[in-house]
Amino acid sequence: MSFDTPDDLRYLDTHEWVRVTDGTARIGISDFAQDELGDVVFVDLPGEGEEIAAGDSFGVVESIKAVSDLYAPVSGTVTAVNDDLESAPELLNEDPYGEGWLLAVDLADESELDDLLDADAYGDQIA
Amino acid sequence: MALRQSPLAETHATRGAKTTDFGGWEMPVEFDSIRDEHEAVRSAAGRFDVSHMGQLLVSGPDAAELTDRLVSNDVRGLARGKACYAAITDDEGVMLDDTVVYHLPEAWLEGTHLVIPNAGHDAEMADRWREYRDEWELDATVENRTDDVAMIALQGPDSLGLLASETDADPEELDFFEATVAEVAGVESLVANTGYTGEPGVEILCSRTEAETVWESLDCQPCGLGARDTLRLEMGFLLSGQDFDPAEHPRTPFETDIGFAVDLDSEFVGRDALASATDPVERLQGVRLTERGVPREGYPVTTPGGDSLGTITSGTMSPTLGEGIGLAYLPADTEPGTAVAVEIRGEGKEAVTSATPFLDR
Repeated sequence: MSFDTPDDLRYLDTHEWVRVTDGTARIGISDFAQDELGDVVFVDLPGEGEEIAAGDSFGVVESIKAVSDLYAPVSGTVTAVNDDLESAPELLNEDPYGEGWLLAVDLADESELDDLLDADAYGDQIA
Repeated sequence: MALRQSPLAETHATRGAKTTDFGGWEMPVEFDSIRDEHEAVRSAAGRFDVSHMGQLLVSGPDAAELTDRLVSNDVRGLARGKACYAAITDDEGVMLDDTVVYHLPEAWLEGTHLVIPNAGHDAEMADRWREYRDEWELDATVENRTDDVAMIALQGPDSLGLLASETDADPEELDFFEATVAEVAGVESLVANTGYTGEPGVEILCSRTEAETVWESLDCQPCGLGARDTLRLEMGFLLSGQDFDPAEHPRTPFETDIGFAVDLDSEFVGRDALASATDPVERLQGVRLTERGVPREGYPVTTPGGDSLGTITSGTMSPTLGEGIGLAYLPADTEPGTAVAVEIRGEGKEAVTSATPFLDR
């Protein structure tokens, strides 16, 4: 089975992705991650205004069979949370790079992006 | 140690199953999605490879007596073709395993009684049967046929209709916990009206070498252990090694709330201890979260004020109910509907105790 790894994203080896647009970073989990988890049933995320730090756990995602920590690919202040996930956590399975996004953060240090994997490197990791 | 393999392992791999180690067996946990598989069984039909279940064939003049004296229910009273659910207990009445015992309808694989222990318990129980046979000087042979026999569960409201086109038996005629020898897709099988989902259905046992013919003939959703777990939890059915375990959770059948499977008029190992243990201090009960969250094994259950009551032994997000459900040992006098809390990552989530099954069945 092959998994989608869009070229415009950066990835953490723990399967989170980040997409940066005008200083705002949107964060989610990869196609591979959602497939490994199976049916996502619950997501626990920080609220707007909270700080997350690169490499630290910022929440959990739960599928029917497992609980998995979420790790921050970058540091910053949470500016938006995907509220749709509260009633429709399955969006993480259906559209992990789109409607299944988790958080938007105000990026603290753009240079942290250099520490992340590009699509090719991440694709090799999950191959 | 290498994991034991189902006769259908290659078939499952080709179908893209994800597998897991379950009781020393490598078994499918998920074929497509636990939710889809679960819903197929509740609304139509699903097939499960449960070849990890043990199969002990007991035969000889004292087969019934030997088995009767090792399980909590009445085996000697079973008519041919009938089965019962029972606990296997030690001298203290602690559950070692739970099982279904069949008085076989006619000689099937040369046995008169079939005992089905859980995954990984087959060798231990075969030894137990033989040791007690010798101690009690009974005339019976005990064969562990687990590696020769495949077991397939077909479950769901459409399952009997689906099976009818593949067999010479009339599955609608089978009573609950009744079995018959019949051909399924031309393969001689034991077809039993039993299951672990709360839906109508059968469990089919056949030779390992013919498992694929039977499996392929049952044209419905393949289901893994993930859906098997969510389905059984919605019914409040026990999982050996998880909800009770002689080492981790030593519990009596009254504590696990299967007193209906204990016949104190039957003489069995553990009977005397159980006769004075019918009113346990704690009893396994349902817990339902009333706010978002998923109870999981090991999570504390407390009063709404935070005082300890017990611990979740099994939990999941119920696909049918869309809410978190679990089982926990709680004070036996707790009424269903009592407000409690389940501590999830340090935070008490609102919950209520619940009668089982969680579903209206």
